[in-house]
Amino acid sequence: MAISNTPTSAGANPRGVVARFEQQYAEYRRQKTVYAALFGAAFMLCLITALVTTKFSLWTLIEGIPRATEFLSRMLPPIRLDSFAKDFAEWYWGAGEWFHSLFNTLLMAYLATILGTLIGGAISFFAARNLAQNYFVYWVARRVLEIARTVPDIVWALLFVFAFGIGEVAGILAITMHTLGAQGKLFAEVNENISPLPIDGIRSAGGNWFHEMRFGVLPQVLPNYLSYTFWRFELNVRSATIVGFVGAGGIGHDLFTAVQLLYFSDVGAILLIIVATIMAIDMLSENIRHGAIGKASFSH
Amino acid sequence: MSAQLADITEADIASERERNPGAFGAPLRQRLNAWMAWGGTTALTIYCLYRFGFLSGDFLHGVSKFSETVVSQMFPPAGYDNIPLFLKAMGETVAMAFLGTLLGALLAFPFSFLAAKNMTRSRPIQFGTRRGADLLRSFDYLIWALIFVRAVGLGPLAGIMAIAIVETGTFIKLYSEAIENLDRKQIDAVTSLGGNWLHKIWFGVLPQVLPMMLSNTLYMFEHNTRSASILGIVGAGGIGFLLGDRLRAYELREACLIIILVVLTVYAIDYLSKFLREQLIGDHKRREPIDDAAQV
Repeated sequence: MAISNTPTSAGANPRGVVARFEQQYAEYRRQKTVYAALFGAAFMLCLITALVTTKFSLWTLIEGIPRATEFLSRMLPPIRLDSFAKDFAEWYWGAGEWFHSLFNTLLMAYLATILGTLIGGAISFFAARNLAQNYFVYWVARRVLEIARTVPDIVWALLFVFAFGIGEVAGILAITMHTLGAQGKLFAEVNENISPLPIDGIRSAGGNWFHEMRFGVLPQVLPNYLSYTFWRFELNVRSATIVGFVGAGGIGHDLFTAVQLLYFSDVGAILLIIVATIMAIDMLSENIRHGAIGKASFSH
Repeated sequence: MSAQLADITEADIASERERNPGAFGAPLRQRLNAWMAWGGTTALTIYCLYRFGFLSGDFLHGVSKFSETVVSQMFPPAGYDNIPLFLKAMGETVAMAFLGTLLGALLAFPFSFLAAKNMTRSRPIQFGTRRGADLLRSFDYLIWALIFVRAVGLGPLAGIMAIAIVETGTFIKLYSEAIENLDRKQIDAVTSLGGNWLHKIWFGVLPQVLPMMLSNTLYMFEHNTRSASILGIVGAGGIGFLLGDRLRAYELREACLIIILVVLTVYAIDYLSKFLREQLIGDHKRREPIDDAAQV
């Protein structure tokens, strides 16, 4: 109503409008200050609780930093330029064993990606709202996927080590569990987002259920499936390097042993292998994703 | 309609095929490549199955052992008397995630300006900071935790440091991307009014990037609660320490209870963080800072 004031009543109203604006603005400012104060108080409360719970003190942190940096600095043995090859060979004395472990690690990640993707992909059809037969099946499939991916892979690894003994199999199964949970969820979302039009088209041309899936659904979902699978392989290589900490095979086992025995230079050498591998896989996977699938269909 | 379909002769189809070969199927070369890719994948899979002993009796033995001993000994969960202890450890886990995220955010904040293309003129410094952040990120939390446990001893401090180190890398990347996406006009406005360097940051940059940074930080806190729950398995404090302990002592029922607690806590933090992000920042429509695929 204030806006509709006419020039005839201009004497009194603008001041009223300004006053009301000032009042509302003051109210807004006051509210904002209250929120900020509340937020700040809650934050400080969290911070103090966290500091007390973890018995954290700046002194222990400051005391810890030199020890940590000393540990990190001892990982790199003296390498002189004039005897570079000899020093380097000495640093990588265990290269044969380590690269064998690395090869196993990559194969572990590969197999877990394949198995997890196959199982997760199969479950995803039941976990997609538009494809599931009834709500009960949908609910069960969703919960199975949720449990499989919420339990961390290292915990799965500990459980599988009981049954399958120390070795790669436990690690592969652990990563498979996590992969099937993650892939199932992502694939189900892809399935839910497909357009029904190609399916209708194939049905109207006389195609059966297989034709509908093969020519109506698969071309829509396959690019996304593939890109998620390459993505997952990258993540699984990381997982495969750590499941060895609990005895589930791979290069993590060598790293764990070296750290436990305080073989600093070995730790450094293995970490360098791991980081080089992960960076190489990241780059390779990016190239494959963009090359094989095309940038346009790669939605992320 | 069917009458029209019947009118189409073989010759029609052949001429149509000649005119639009692509509509009748991919060229042979492309199909051959696809078949080779699928064949190679299958062959490598079978080789892996063979290499790791999935095709032997040992594997079947392990499966039966898993279902008979591990699964049956996990249920029903037990150890309800220890729930206060577990909750205390769970609190420690959340506290580790909180402090680690906070420390990482504080460390990353100044470096993120160095890593942003529109803030740092010197290309080597900008590029170097980015690559350094990538290096910190490329090691898993557990690897850092393993090292820090050896360096500073058992306990939550090692976990906090592990999270802080990884998060420094992540936040430098996320924050600098937020800074690179800001609108230049607000900085120009401050410059035109005679503002100095600090004014430009304070009135031109921060109001634009702070909501995004806060949202990213909360999101990573949520993510780190998951990570922190397992760091204890290598000795870095929190609920993972108890979990690893119970599992190694073959107390599977108590371990099951701990796993259930962890899962419930992760859900609770998920919802809380989502709620906070929507309330404080109103960014429920904004994309997650990390691809959806990374969070699961």
